[in-house]
Amino acid sequence: MTGILQQLINGISLGSIYALIALGYTMVYGIIKLINFAHGDIYMIGAFLGYYFINEYQLSFLPALLLAMIISAFLGVVIEFLAYRPLRNSARITVLITAIGVSFLIENVMIKLFTANSRAFPQAIEQQKFTFGSLQVSNYQLIIIVTTLILMTLLQFIVQKTKMGKAMRAVSVDTDAAMLMGINVNLTISFTFAIGSALAAAGGVLIGLYYNSIDPMMGVVPGLKAFIAAVLGGIGLIPGAVVGGLFIGIMETVVSALGFSVFKDAFVYGILIIILLIKPSGLLGKNVKEKV
Amino acid sequence: MKLVNRHTFAWLIVIVISFLAIEGLVSVGILDVFYEMALVQIGINIILGIGLNLIIGVSGQFSLGHAGFMAIGAYSVGIVYLDNPTVTGFFLGVLLGLVLSGVVALLIGIPTLRLKGDYLAIATLGVSEIIRIAITNMKITNGAAGISGIPLFDAIPMRQLVFIFVVIVTIIVVNYVRSSDGRATLSIRENEIAAESMGINTTKYKVMAFVIGAMTASIAGGLYASYFNTIVPTNFNFMKSVDILIIVVFGGIGSFTGTFVAALVLGILNTLLQDVSDLRMIIYSLALIIIMIFKPSGLLGTKEFSFSKLFSKKIKKAKKGGSTDGSVRN
Amino acid sequence: MKKKLGLLLVLSSVLLLGACGKESGSSSDTIKIGANLELSGAVAAYGDAELQGIKLAVKEINADGGIDGKKIELVSKDNKSDTAEAASVATSLATKDKVSAIVGPATSGAVKASIPAVTRAKVPLVTPSGTDDAVTVDAKNKVQEYIFRTCYQDSFQGITLANYASKELSAKSAIIIGDNSSDYAKGLTKSFKKQFSGKIVDEVNFTSGDKDFQAILTKIKNMDFDVIYLPGYYNEAGLIIKQAREMGITQPILGADGFGDAELIKLADAKNVNDVYYTAHFSTKADATDKTKDFIAAFKKEYNKEPSAFNALGYDSVYLIKKAAEDAKSTEPAKITTALAKVKGFEGVTGTMSIDKDHNPEKAAVVVQLTNGEESKATIVEPK
Repeated sequence: MTGILQQLINGISLGSIYALIALGYTMVYGIIKLINFAHGDIYMIGAFLGYYFINEYQLSFLPALLLAMIISAFLGVVIEFLAYRPLRNSARITVLITAIGVSFLIENVMIKLFTANSRAFPQAIEQQKFTFGSLQVSNYQLIIIVTTLILMTLLQFIVQKTKMGKAMRAVSVDTDAAMLMGINVNLTISFTFAIGSALAAAGGVLIGLYYNSIDPMMGVVPGLKAFIAAVLGGIGLIPGAVVGGLFIGIMETVVSALGFSVFKDAFVYGILIIILLIKPSGLLGKNVKEKV
Repeated sequence: MKLVNRHTFAWLIVIVISFLAIEGLVSVGILDVFYEMALVQIGINIILGIGLNLIIGVSGQFSLGHAGFMAIGAYSVGIVYLDNPTVTGFFLGVLLGLVLSGVVALLIGIPTLRLKGDYLAIATLGVSEIIRIAITNMKITNGAAGISGIPLFDAIPMRQLVFIFVVIVTIIVVNYVRSSDGRATLSIRENEIAAESMGINTTKYKVMAFVIGAMTASIAGGLYASYFNTIVPTNFNFMKSVDILIIVVFGGIGSFTGTFVAALVLGILNTLLQDVSDLRMIIYSLALIIIMIFKPSGLLGTKEFSFSKLFSKKIKKAKKGGSTDGSVRN
Repeated sequence: MKKKLGLLLVLSSVLLLGACGKESGSSSDTIKIGANLELSGAVAAYGDAELQGIKLAVKEINADGGIDGKKIELVSKDNKSDTAEAASVATSLATKDKVSAIVGPATSGAVKASIPAVTRAKVPLVTPSGTDDAVTVDAKNKVQEYIFRTCYQDSFQGITLANYASKELSAKSAIIIGDNSSDYAKGLTKSFKKQFSGKIVDEVNFTSGDKDFQAILTKIKNMDFDVIYLPGYYNEAGLIIKQAREMGITQPILGADGFGDAELIKLADAKNVNDVYYTAHFSTKADATDKTKDFIAAFKKEYNKEPSAFNALGYDSVYLIKKAAEDAKSTEPAKITTALAKVKGFEGVTGTMSIDKDHNPEKAAVVVQLTNGEESKATIVEPK
């Protein structure tokens, strides 16, 4: 029994990592319908920035985290401005290829600068273990879960209650109509990228701290998983990203615990396909009727 | 329509001339082993690109799982041909790959092709990853170590075999697009709902395009396995699907001529960049971004080179004595 | 129109940049050595590290007067961690650049794909880290004439570790934490299973690139076993050691040369690295020749960090070629190949090696014990 509970804790902590990255992913997708392949790489950049600030400038954890988020937000805006904005009216697949190009570029520049080796992330916060009977939780796990929930609530608030959030929702429904209503579409999209990238960076720093390992290719797999999480939960929906992330995390843990660890990714994809077939709009999504 | 008319004859001449040109260059030594290898790779990429272009460009379905079907073809040939290293063995392997990939594509296509856009993309990506994970964990495929020592097809030089397959696949796919089935498939790309209301069985044609695309990918995989002698599961990961997608989008979605040109340009770029070692992927990705920004519709857009247009243009010119502007299809 | 012009300009400058890198012609007072390495893509970390070792060796040799007075000209190319690309790079190095010998690729799959190319061109290939037994011999156990390596083959390490587990650690049962997606790990698992006299309690697997191993570790935590056998590279192994120790799994952990990187201890956090054993290529504790000490010092000076196994193997590969070229008194690939097959008692930084009939280096392994992240004991295991 405790084994099962411990595995559940493991699953939730893994899942909240996916959720954390998926939050930014789903926002960017929601507004411009772009599978932003570079999102995972911004997450990586965030982790490296955190590493750099803590190691080189001896900053403590929180300022390093905030600086990493600010710089990554800026980077996200620049990428959108240079690479995606000129293609706003092109076919979506073209933008997708550009996003893949950006992702390759970031990875390979980082390999060139820092080599492809993984490196240890400085332990800026002392790790502590809490034991309840035979159950174990570390403060890192708690930090990640709590951060994910806080960010989810915050985002939900921004999107639902603020003026900028309203603009974001308007742009995501119909860009042209939003523009006619006097919404500054470019600014709104830049804002979304800034927030999405800052979130990715926060995820990068936290995960760097949690796993103690960062490398230039670290964003590829979590990026893909986060996208799957976003689709699973209902893409464009902020709570959906969290639900999807947790679902995948728990799923992977269960499959590994049952002894099929090598097939865990296959299971995730299988479940994804089944859910898409039954409910294409994701777990929390509403089915939208197509109008002719 | 006669089987041999002016246009098909012109194409036949083009095929024969390019074949002879390649052979000529090889025999005088300008095309050495290295360039021949690059050429074979380009040929294999053309086959992959054409198949994916049929799925993406013609039926308008966004697939990110082409590498999975390539893997099926590669492992079929790898296993069968290694066991039976004769010409028959090779073609049995190719046949097995065709059947297997066709069946898998059919089984997967019928449910998933109901999905749209990015959902379909992620589902096909999932399928190809499942195929790869299965291959990594199966005994007959020798797991992560892959299969090595697959014999090189030697009845005719590999470059000729690949050339022949490029020609066959292109003819089949292009003719399919021009058949009434192909027209029906095209209508799905233009407007699925309109097509459906015209009485077109959209699922059927989407699945057909998907299956044909998958089968061509398996041919490419088979050629790859025999030419490179070694196949490992990581050859067929998500990045391979992306590479093929890049060829299609780069050349122009829906333009088969574009796929040819893109495979050639990217192949040459890749070859040249080998010499700059660690800067290679940086330059490659920069080039990709810049080209997509300056030419979002790909090198050729949806334009297609065709002799009939060339001929009719000349006739028009002769009649009118004036110039016509480009041969844009849409 | 402007747009088109811009595009053309960009394209042509890119192509030009590509073309500029090309070196043409080789003069008779240099010897060209090619490097066919994974410098981008999934396993770029290994290729990168080997290139560092290779560059250091080339620099030293050239500063020292070269090989028989001929300076080494290093031609390094990236194979994108892709097997087909590795074959293409091998061909290009052998036929276009006309190198005398090739170092790399780093992974067994890529080496296997390069075999036809170098065999056709008759150029020797020395892989620093292609450990699969089937790299140097074909399916019929016939040796691949042009393929050599400086690393141990999988079977040797697996056997060594299995013996060490049962004899030195008196282990009666083991759990294997393998990486099903890497042929390196699979090869090591296979030979360990064959040799280990005790019981294999369970075998769990992960996939390279994983970072979270809580699920599999929680699963094995309450099982009854004496040692954990962990064939894998330092990036995952470091994290597994950390997560296992933090979870309270205290059994000894055995690994192979993939552990050989200072980063392992940083990733795992030194306080967690207790009762960890691995087959190392060199150890400061045991039998370090002057050469090893010099290498470690030179490497630290050049790159400002501790050398890893990959660094050392890349370094040794160049020196092995140097030795063969000197023995052959030639820069001709064919003659170097013959000389490589005959190398005896070559003193490298990863041990004194003699190339056996299967083109594997016969060299001793050092099983290093780590306590609190420091080497606490080193046992030399001679090849059988």
